[in-house]
Amino acid sequence: MKMTDIDILSDRKRQINKAGTEGLAMECEKHSLAGAVSQRACVFCGSRVVLYPVTDALHLIHGPIGCAAYTWDIRGALSSGPQLHRMSFSTDLREMDVIHGGENKLYKSLIELIDKYNPKAAFVYSTCVVGVIGDDVASVCARVKREKGIPVIAVHSEGFKGSKKDGYKAACDALLNLVGTLPVDTIPRLSVNILGDFNIAGESWIIKNYYEKMGIRVVSTITGDARVKDIMQAHGASLNIVQCSGSMTWLAQQMESNYGIPYIRASYFGIEDTAKALYDVADFFDDPELTDRARKLVRCEVEKVIPQIKRYSEALRGKKAAVYVGGAFKAFSLIKSLRMLNMDTVVVGSQTGNKSDYEVLKAMCNKGTIIVDDANTLELARFILEKDVDLFIGGVKERPIAYKLGVGFCDHNHERKIALAGFEGMVNFSREVFNTVTSPVWKFVPRRQTKKEVYFD
Amino acid sequence: MTKINKVIKTHTSTRNACKLCAPLGASMVLKGIEQAMPILHGSQGCATYIRRYVIGHFREPFDIASSSFTEETTVFGGGENLMRAIENIITQYNPEIIGIATTCLAETIGEDIQLHLAALAGKKADLPTIVHVSTPSYKGTHMDGFFAAVKTLVRKFAVKGTRINKVAVFPGMLSPQDYRYIKQMLFDFQLPSVVIPDFSDTLDGGSWQDYQKIPPGGTAIDDLKDCGRCCGAIEFGLSISEDQSSAEYLSKSYGMPSYKMPIPIGIENSDEFFSTLCTISGHPVPDKYSMARMRLIDAYVDGHKYAAGKSVALYGEEDLVCALASFMSEIGMTVSVCISGCKPESLRKAMEKRVPAVAASARILEDADFEDLLNAIEESPVDLIIGNSKGYTVSRKLSVPLVRVGFPIHDRLGAQRFSLVGYEGTTELFDRIINAIIEKKQESSDIGYLTW
Ligand code: SF4
Ligand code: SF4
Repeated sequence: MKMTDIDILSDRKRQINKAGTEGLAMECEKHSLAGAVSQRACVFCGSRVVLYPVTDALHLIHGPIGCAAYTWDIRGALSSGPQLHRMSFSTDLREMDVIHGGENKLYKSLIELIDKYNPKAAFVYSTCVVGVIGDDVASVCARVKREKGIPVIAVHSEGFKGSKKDGYKAACDALLNLVGTLPVDTIPRLSVNILGDFNIAGESWIIKNYYEKMGIRVVSTITGDARVKDIMQAHGASLNIVQCSGSMTWLAQQMESNYGIPYIRASYFGIEDTAKALYDVADFFDDPELTDRARKLVRCEVEKVIPQIKRYSEALRGKKAAVYVGGAFKAFSLIKSLRMLNMDTVVVGSQTGNKSDYEVLKAMCNKGTIIVDDANTLELARFILEKDVDLFIGGVKERPIAYKLGVGFCDHNHERKIALAGFEGMVNFSREVFNTVTSPVWKFVPRRQTKKEVYFD
Repeated sequence: MTKINKVIKTHTSTRNACKLCAPLGASMVLKGIEQAMPILHGSQGCATYIRRYVIGHFREPFDIASSSFTEETTVFGGGENLMRAIENIITQYNPEIIGIATTCLAETIGEDIQLHLAALAGKKADLPTIVHVSTPSYKGTHMDGFFAAVKTLVRKFAVKGTRINKVAVFPGMLSPQDYRYIKQMLFDFQLPSVVIPDFSDTLDGGSWQDYQKIPPGGTAIDDLKDCGRCCGAIEFGLSISEDQSSAEYLSKSYGMPSYKMPIPIGIENSDEFFSTLCTISGHPVPDKYSMARMRLIDAYVDGHKYAAGKSVALYGEEDLVCALASFMSEIGMTVSVCISGCKPESLRKAMEKRVPAVAASARILEDADFEDLLNAIEESPVDLIIGNSKGYTVSRKLSVPLVRVGFPIHDRLGAQRFSLVGYEGTTELFDRIINAIIEKKQESSDIGYLTW
C-alpha cells in the first residue's frame, strides 16, 4: 500500500481540513487520541516549556525519574547569568515512596537543594504518579517557603490532566504567584513586559534590544532569560506584549484584571511581523517621538537584511513547504516568512491551535492547503508525499520523517540553537531554509531520483 | 590512600540522572522485532518524551503509541483507552506484534493488562500477537526495561523441539553498527543465529522511496520461536540477574547451554566471546579475526605510551562500565571512578567478577547521578571521561576531555555507527581514546606540537 492511501483514523478526520473548503468546522483542543502516536506531550511538558527559562529558580520535578531525565538540558533557552535552570532535579520516586507517599522526600530534597544552590524561587512540578498517590505538594511547598524565605511554588502539571496547553496555564498560574510581590516605584511609563518568548538561542535579547533602542524599558522577560526578581516586579510595566499567545495569554489576562495592565499580541518571526510588533507598541504609547524611533529602527534593520534575504529567496522561488509547530500563532508568521522567500505553504498544522486560529490559517493559505490539528507521524508523512513538499518545518521528532523522504528540514522548535526571531533571525531562517532545500544531497535520495541507476535496481 | 567505595548518598534528590526510565528500554527492544509496535500504557507525555529522546540519538523515526490517559482514565482504569489504542494501532500500522509497556502511572493504579486483553479478545477477532512488559520506573532503570522486554518475548515465543544448529544471542543495548558486526562474526563462524532484539536495520536504515510505517528489519517471529531449540544462548552482561536473564531462562526451561559474558570490548572480553563461538560452532577462529586481533594489539602497542598511567572516569549502564573498565586495564589506564544509575551492587558485583583489581581500587558509585560524578572527579581528578553525551557538562566544567560512548549521544553525528565490540570495534574506540588524549595534550601545550 502506498503511503498516500493511508486512511486517517476516523476519530481524527475532523481535525484535518483544507483551505478553500466552506463550512467544515475544525475540531481541536481535544485530548490526544489513544494509539494515534501524537507528536505532542503532556501537561507537564507545557509547564516545563514555559517555566524552564527562569534561570535563577530551582526546578524540581516530583515523580519517577523519566519526566526529569527527558527534559534535562535539551532546550536552547540561554541565560545571561545563572545556569541553574539547565540542571535536572528529580525526587526520583522509588517503590517505597509510591507506596508510602513522597512528601518527606520532597521536603528533604527542597531543603537540600535550596541550601546548596541558593535559588531565588523554587518550582515543584507534580507529575502523573504524584497526582495519584495524593502527595500534598502545596503544603510541603508552603512549609519550605516559611522555613527558607523564598517563594516555593507548586506547579500542577500532572501529565494526564489535559494537554500541553493546560500545562501552559499551570505555568502561568505558578508565575502569578510571583508577579506583584515587589515594589515598583522606579519603573517609568515607557515600560513593557515581553511575554511568551523563551530566549531560544538568544532571541529575547534580540527583541529586548529593539525595545531598548526605541527607549522603552523592558521590566521583565517572561520567561526567556528571566530572573525571579523581575517577574515579581512585572506588574509595574505599562504594557504586556504577548508572543506565543497559546502559552501566555492567560497570564496577560490575569495581569490585566489584577493590575490593569493591557496587553497586545505580537510575533517576532519574519520581517513583517517583527515590524508590526514594534509599530503596535509605539502606537500603544501614542508618542510621536517613539513612533519615529520605531520607524527609523525598522528602516535601518530592514535595509540591512533585505539584500541578504534576497539572495536566498531568488533560489527558493516556487518551492513548497509543510509547517508543523507547537503554537498556531507561530504558524501564521512562518507562512508570511515563507512567502517572503517565494515559497508556498501547502501543509500547516499545530499541536495546540484553537478554532479561531484555524479559521485564520484557512483564510491565510492558498486553496487546497492541508490544515491539521494534533497530527501524528503517519499523517505528516502522508501529507509530505501528497503535496510533494521541498521543506518541512518542525521539531526534532519530525526531522526523520522529512529526511527519510528526501525532504529538507528546518528546526523551529524549542530545541533550535539558531536565533530565528527578529530581523537578523529572518536572515538566519532564510539561510537555514536555503541550505537544506537546495542541498545537493537530495539528488542521491531514492525518492528524488529521476533516472534509476542500473546497478541498484 | 583510602578509597571510599561504598555509596554514601550525599543528597536526596537526583541531580542530573545517570539513567533513563524502564519503558524506554522496552521500546528499544520492540523496535528490534520485525513488524512490532510498542504502546506505552499511561499518559501521552511518557511516549512522546521517549520518542524524542531516542530520535535525538538514532536520527531515525521511532513511533511509540500511547494509550493517552485522561483524568477519568486515571480514576476509572485504562481498559477503554488501551482497547482504543490497540484498535487504532491496528488500523494505522497493522503490526504483527504489539508490545505493551506499562508506565509508572498505570503500574501505580494497578492496571490489570491481562484482564483488559481478555476483554478485547472477546470483542475482536484477528488480533496481532500482544505481549505485555511490566516497566514501572520506580523499580528500575531503562536496562531493567530492556531485559524484561527481551525475556517477555522469549517466554512468549520460544517453542520446544529438536535442537537446531542455531545460537540465540542477547547483545543488550549496543549500537546498530555493533549489532551488524555481531551478526557478521556469527556468520563468519558459520553459526546461524537468532539475535534478540535486532535493531541493526530498524534504527539505522536507508533513505526511503515511500514512507515505511514500521521500518523493515528486526528479529522475525519465526526466529523468536526458534530460540527454544537453539544449541546455545549467549548473553552479554554480567550484571543481569538470574530472573532477568533470557539465556539462563532458555538454559533452564529448554536445556541448552548458556554463556553469560561481558560485552566483548577489549581483547580479553572479545577473546571470551570468540572462544565461545569456537566451542559452539566447532570451527576455529576465521583468519580475518585473527588478523583483526593482531592489528588491535599493534594499535595497543602504538598507543600504549599515551595511555600509560592516565586515569579515567567511566559512567553509564553497569555492563558497559564493567566492560570498559576491563578494556582500560588492558591498555594501562587507571580506572579511578565508575558511576552508574543502576541499582546497588549490580555494577560492583559485575566488576568484582570481571576486573577484581579495578573493583578493589576504583571508586564505584551505584544509584548515582552526574552530580556524584562531578564530586568524585573533583576529589580524584582524571585525565579522561568516557560515557554518553550527558557527561558533557562535567567534562566542560572540569576541562577533561570526553569520549562519547553509549546512549544517548545526541550532540555528535553517527551514534548509530559508533562501534565498540570485537577486535575491530575496540580498535575504533581505542583510536578515539588515544586521539582524545593527544588532542588535549596538543591543545593545552604552549607550542602546539605536531607529534608523530
Ligand atoms: S512516569 Fe515513569 S514511565 Fe513515564 S516518563 Fe516518568 S519515569 Fe518514565
Ligand atoms: S509521567 Fe506524566 S508528567 Fe511525566 S512525562 Fe509521563 S505523562 Fe508527562
